[in-house]
This record gives sequence, C-alpha cells and structure tokens, in this order.
Amino acid sequence: MRITQGTFSFLPDLSDTQITKQIDHCLAKGWAIGLEYTDDPHPRNTFWEMFGNPMFDIHDAAGVMLELRNCRKTFPSHYIRLTAFDSTHGTESVVTSFIVNRPKEEPGFRLIRTEEPGRTIRYSIESYAVQRAPEGERY
Amino acid sequence: MDTAVHPTTPTALLESSGARAVLDKLDTELVGLAPVKGRIRDIAALLLIDKLRAEQGLQSTPPSLHMCFTGNPGTGKTTVAMRMAEVLKQLGYVRKGHLVAVTRDDLVGQFIGHTAPKTKEVLKKAMGGVLFIDEAYYLYRPENERDYGQEAIEILLQVMENHRDDLVVILAGYKDRMDTFFASNPGMASRIAHHIDFPDYSEAELMQITQLMLAQLNYHFDAAAEPAFARYVALRRQQPHFANARSIRNALDRIRLRHATRLFGSTEALSREQLATLQAEDILASRVFAASITTERKETTS
Amino acid sequence: MGNMTEAVQITDAKKRYSAGVLKYAQMGYWDADYEPKATDILALFRITPQDGVDAIEAAAAVAGESSTATWTVVWTDRLTACDMYRAKAYRVEPVPGIPGQYFCYVAYDLSLFEEGSITNVAASVIGNVFSFKPLKAARLEDMKFPVAYVKTFSGPPTGIVVERERLDKFGRPLLGATTKPKLGLSGRNYGRVVYEGLRGGLDFMKDDENINSQPFMHWRDRFLFVMDAVNKASAATGEVKGSYLNITAGTMEEMYRRAEFAKQLGSVIVMVDLVIGYTAIQSMSHWCRQNDMILHLHRAGHGTYTRQKNHGVSFRVIAKWMRLAGVDHIHAGTAVGKLEGDPLTVQGYYNVCRDTHTTVDLPRGIYFDQDWGALKKVMPVASGGIHAGQMHQLLDLFGDDVVLQFGGGTIGHPQGIQAGATANRVALEAMVLARNEGRDIKEEGPQILRDAAKWCTPLAAALDTWGEISFNYTSTDTSDYVPTASVA
Repeated sequence: MRITQGTFSFLPDLSDTQITKQIDHCLAKGWAIGLEYTDDPHPRNTFWEMFGNPMFDIHDAAGVMLELRNCRKTFPSHYIRLTAFDSTHGTESVVTSFIVNRPKEEPGFRLIRTEEPGRTIRYSIESYAVQRAPEGERY
Repeated sequence: MDTAVHPTTPTALLESSGARAVLDKLDTELVGLAPVKGRIRDIAALLLIDKLRAEQGLQSTPPSLHMCFTGNPGTGKTTVAMRMAEVLKQLGYVRKGHLVAVTRDDLVGQFIGHTAPKTKEVLKKAMGGVLFIDEAYYLYRPENERDYGQEAIEILLQVMENHRDDLVVILAGYKDRMDTFFASNPGMASRIAHHIDFPDYSEAELMQITQLMLAQLNYHFDAAAEPAFARYVALRRQQPHFANARSIRNALDRIRLRHATRLFGSTEALSREQLATLQAEDILASRVFAASITTERKETTS
Repeated sequence: MGNMTEAVQITDAKKRYSAGVLKYAQMGYWDADYEPKATDILALFRITPQDGVDAIEAAAAVAGESSTATWTVVWTDRLTACDMYRAKAYRVEPVPGIPGQYFCYVAYDLSLFEEGSITNVAASVIGNVFSFKPLKAARLEDMKFPVAYVKTFSGPPTGIVVERERLDKFGRPLLGATTKPKLGLSGRNYGRVVYEGLRGGLDFMKDDENINSQPFMHWRDRFLFVMDAVNKASAATGEVKGSYLNITAGTMEEMYRRAEFAKQLGSVIVMVDLVIGYTAIQSMSHWCRQNDMILHLHRAGHGTYTRQKNHGVSFRVIAKWMRLAGVDHIHAGTAVGKLEGDPLTVQGYYNVCRDTHTTVDLPRGIYFDQDWGALKKVMPVASGGIHAGQMHQLLDLFGDDVVLQFGGGTIGHPQGIQAGATANRVALEAMVLARNEGRDIKEEGPQILRDAAKWCTPLAAALDTWGEISFNYTSTDTSDYVPTASVA
C-alpha cells in the first residue's frame, strides 16, 4: 500500500526539482524548514526523529537540499518528511509537511477490533512493519 | 553572414542585467582603488562573455568563480565582496546574491565532532550567495596537531568543487600570509580563479575619504585644521597597525571627542558654526605627534 | 434622500420626563457628537424607514428599541443612571445608490450585556427592533465587539491550528463530502458511503443537517457503522480520518447523550445545526473543549434571514457571533457553487472567521475593525454544488484554511465513490503544488487539472462529466461599494 500522509501524497513522488521549488516557496514566506524521519508511520505518531534542528535564516534551497541528500543517504529506507514552521502570531505552528522519501515496501496497517458492551467496538491501528522488528530494522 | 548572438551589444547587456548599476555604485562609494575597480570590470566582462559562449554551446564547464582578496585592513575588501555578490547575481551566476562574512571561529569547533556541523551551518546559510572568509589562513595551524581547522578546510574544498552552482567563496587577508597558506594548501590554491590585491590608499585618497566621512557626520575642518590633519595622516601611516579607512574613522572619532571637551568648557552659548567646526588643536593633541617627536629627538641626539 | 432634519434633544429633566410621547431623537437616543468608547459594542443597521419617517428619528428609534426605550415617557427611568443604558445612534448616512435606505451606527455601553452570552447579544440587538412599525425593513449589517467583551467568551474549542495538529494535515485545504442521499439510507449502507469516500482520499465525511435520528436510521446505529467505516479507512490509508456525527436533537439532555457516545466511539469531530439555538451551541462548545472534540456547525436555516439585502441579519454577523460562541467549522459559502453568495462578500465572511485582526474592507462588506483578542480561528466550510473542475477558483478565492466539501461531486462520480474522492484529492494536491511553484492558478488552473488528469483516470472522468457545469445567477446580496458584482 502507500501511506497517504503529508500534503502531496496523492501525487507521484516529487522529484528533487519539484522539492526545490516547494522549499523556495517556504523560504520566500520566511518559514523555517525541518527534516524528520521515522520508521513508525502510525497516523498519530506526531513526533518523528529530527534530522538536525529546523533550519532558520537559510536564503537558498540548496542549503536544505544538502541536508536532505544527507538524510536520504543516512536513512535510505525510512520515511523522511520536510516540515515548514510559521512563527506569525495566530499561527505559530506547522504550515506544510510532505514526504520526500519512502521505504520500497510499505506493508500498511492492521485494524484491531475489540468488542465492548452493546454493539460498541474499540478500534486500534497497528503497523505491520513496527510489529515485525525493532526500530531501525523495520524496512 | 554570421548572425548576431544577441540583438544588443555587450555593453547594452551589462546595462540591462543591472550589473552596470552595481559597478557604478562601487565607483562612487569607494575612493581610489583604481586597480581593483579595473579588475572587477574585467571579471564582469569575462562573466558576461562566458554567459554568451555558454548559450552557444562553446562553454563546457561552468567557470570557477572563487576569489582571493589580499591587502591591509580597511582597504575595502568586504565592501567590494558585497558588490561582487550583487554583480554575480545580476549576471545570473548566483541565485540570491547575499553575502555571509565569517572568520575561522565561525567555522571551526572546540572539540571533536564540533567542526563539521558548524561549517555546514555556515555553508547552508551562504548557499545561493557568497561566503566571505576573512583571514582565512588562520584555518591552517600545522603546529597544533589537535587543531580542527583542517577539517573545515576539507569541507570547504569539497563544497568549492562540487557546489560551484550554489556558492562562491572569497578568501581575504594579508598578502604574505595568504601566499604562505596557499603554498601549504595547493588544493585551495588551485580552486581560486581570481586573485585581486587591494593596495593601501595614498595620502591624497585618505584625505578624500576623510572629507567624505566629515560630510556625512556634518563636520568640517577650519583653515588650520586641514593641513594639521594631513600631517597627522602622514605620520600615522608610518606607524604599525594602520588600517586605512578604519584608522581614519577612529582618528575622527577621537578628534570629535576633543572637540566636544573643548566646547564643553565654553562660558557662552554655542553657535551652529562652533558645533560643526573642528580646529587644529583638536587634531594636534594626538599622541601620534608626540611619538614622532620622540623618535625625531632620538635620531638627532644619537 | 428623505428628510434628515437634525433633531433637538431635550436635556431639561423637567421637560424630558413629564408624561407623554416624545420623539426618540429627543429622548437621548440620537447624539451626532457621540464618540464611541473603546469598550462600547457597536452595531451597523441598514434601515428603510416608512415613507414620511425621518431617517434620524428612525435611527434613534432603532437605538431606543434595542436598549431601554418604550413608546412613551416613563418616570421609573429616573431611578437609574438612564443615560448610560441608552444606546446612542451617532451616525446616519444614505446607502449609495439605494434611495430610501440608510446606514445607521449605534453604540451600546458594555454594561448592557451579559458576559459570555451570545443569546443575550441577540436578544438585545435583534430582539425587538425588527418588528417596529415605523421601519419598512431593517438589517443588522455588522457589529463590533471590544476586546473587553471578546475576552468573556472562550471561543472555538479547537481552532484551525489545533485542528490541523490533531489531524496532522498541513499546507492544503481539507476535503469532505456529505453522504448522499441525505435521507433514507440504513445505518449499514450509510457507513458504506462513508468508508468509500474516506478510503478514496477525503479527510472528512459529513452527516447532513436534517439527519438526526429518524425511523429509517436511529442515531446510535449511524454512529456505530460510521465509526467502523472511519477506522477502517484510517487503517487503509495511514491517515487520521473523521466523519461529522450530527448530534442535533430535540433537547439538550439528548444532545449530551449523543455527544458522549460519539466520544466513546473515538470520533474526532461532531456536528450541530444552527437551529439548535445560540444557547445550545455555546453549551456544546464547552463540552467539546472539555472532551477534545472538533465542533462543526451547519448553518441550517440562516438563508431565511441572511439572504435579502434590505431585511434580516447579515451572515457576517452570524459568523462573528458563532466565533465568539465557539464553533470550529462553519459553512460560509462557496461563491462558485449552487448556493447564494457573491465572491467578495463570501471572502468577507471567511476573513471574519480566520483573521487575527479584521480590518475595514467595504467591498467585502466589513464595516468595522475587529480585534479578535487572540480568540481561535474558525475553519470556513465551502459546500454546495462544487466539483473538481473548479479547484483552481476555490483555491484562489479561499486559500488553504478551508474545508472543501464535494457531496455530489464525489458520490456522483461515474467510476464510483472512491474514484470521486481520489479525483478531488489529486486535483487539490496538484493545484496546491502548482500554486506554491508560483504558477498563476487562476489562468493556468484548467491546464493544471488536465495535466494531472493524464495520469489520474478518476480525475479525467470527473472533468469530462462536470467540466462545463457552473452556477451563474445574479447574487441577491452584494456589496454596495463595488461597481458591478460578478461570479468568477
């Protein structure tokens, strides 16, 4: 399957040129850019590992692409996403976040149904990959 | 008949790219530096022609743009580097044209593993523009085997080679020390395409700079003060650690201090003329004159 | 222009309070020199006085009847600091281009209102005035609330920023669809539609406003089947998904029961209809904050009073009231879909929902500056007759912080509901990508969609089916300050 998290997941994987243009857009808006990676893609796993701190005061996409290539080289089979932060009052949060690297095989999630009183069911989602191996060895 | 590459002449292209305006700005804002300004114009011409050649498929590799500026402090190296960054942007050789100015301490760490991230941080911020490294030779300290400068040099060499589209590096410092640095680091030397030397200002040029600074600060010399200052400059130049324009600036600051102290003791209300005029005694009180008298006496008595 | 003669107030107490009938303008409800205080609540009315009624007198009457007046002088007024409680009409101007209609500005002292109660605001400002005989018609155009009053409300329980953080969805509008047909499906079949829409790529599905609990589907069965569909779609895609469970009911007690069940089943969001009333909405807002639930408001019934320019309440006032009362989503118009709304006026509604500080913008119908005092932002919802072929117009008009709902545009897709959802999601992401790259989506939008359709067959089918549909009728409610209103 293909996890469709992030802003552009329904489009074919972005090329480096397309990613550069998105980075230029973020820099033009004055947003800080951070790179994060994980091998636990649960939809509610909010905190992926940071690949260095978010980058402030960058003038050109080349600086970010340098780090992105480094991240891909270090974690080739992890999910990697690029996240941008807007510090404007009233927002002060993430403003875009898209996946820039995926493992080749994505086994997906299992839906677990636990029966409760009446017809109520308690649901939980479990990643097949996370189940089969410890962190770092999953993909 | 050879069809023209562009319908306009090269000078017109320089004008339309906006590079001409930057070069003109350089002419007006910096006094003297005739050889430097000439070199910059030559480089601009080369870059423009290289661009035209590249469009015709005559240029296979992108030109190396890294440079080295040598000369004493206060001779305008940082200002010229900023204008160079703008010219490179106007001609399309760098994307953003900003200048990041650093010294060794910004690039080198204090312990193992500290240097690489520090250098990379600086490089990331400089990408798309120009990295200006002042007194670059301090990166190389062969006498201390635990020095981490070498690591920074390695990273710089790699980036200067592989990221020519993304970054231009300008090294700066004293000529003799730069020469030593290049002799011990041939890799670095081979990556520098343009060497520009910044000569010291002549006394006439220094006086011109002085007048510009005074005008900006809304002061002027009276009739006696001007020749007094000319003598000051002649003496100061011989003394060690003369930093050209910067030394002029410092001298003017001290003169203003004495001017203020002199006026403070006034028993009457001060006129606008008094507030704006610097007099000879504000200048002659300098230790520079005393020091030279001592040396003169030494010479005569010995 | 009507006779706007300057009325003379009676300030001599003996004369003012002797029994009888006085003109409102003389009783203290009109004051041309009044400077509104920073803590005053201001209202702008658009009034059409009856023939022969003076505009200033009509304005004073509006001020009077929405504060302390009655049709005759009463001695008991003097037991109070009566001048403070009198609302003051301080400005009257003719509406440009519409003879017989006037804008009148009224200021109310802060003490006239109960803290944190929109119901009280409504009862005060629109409780009496609109039935007043000397007025042929009246419309509440806009209101301004001082920060002092804004701070007495807790506002949206979630807000745009926290909603996005909970859903982990940033940088693009959210996508939804209303389950169709609106009525008649059984719980199981209803859940099927929800699953297909979410699986195909939508972020939300939605109950419609009149689905509460009817003989063909009891609410508990709907909730059970819908939540199974939501979780199944979440596992299939790896995304956080939701469906607005409508908890509207006949009594508050029943609403709380339905909300609790939604929470128990793990829904991220519940929905209520405007017709439950302002008091109920505020109660549900507090419940939602205490239970980490997003609150969606359907503006059912608003069209009865928001649509005509000369009479009723402008939707921008309703939007302001709802932001204070505290909802997270509000239907605010599409401009290009099947329901009423001219583009500039609709953008005005969106600004009221999303601004940190709203500024005067007459072409968009905003008459006052409004400092929102760090109150959270409401996510506007565009729903009604829109389809993937309009994605560039929607993105250009409304930006990223909006929920785009394509009910018919998803479920009516020739290749099925999942295909319909995918078509919408692909169209949206492709358009956002292009816009970020700096392309002019207003001009190049149709080409961008066609380019994406080349590798996405559901989108190609959607464009073929609906590409030509548009809804172009003259809007009934356009700004007075734009020469010609037009739908893009």
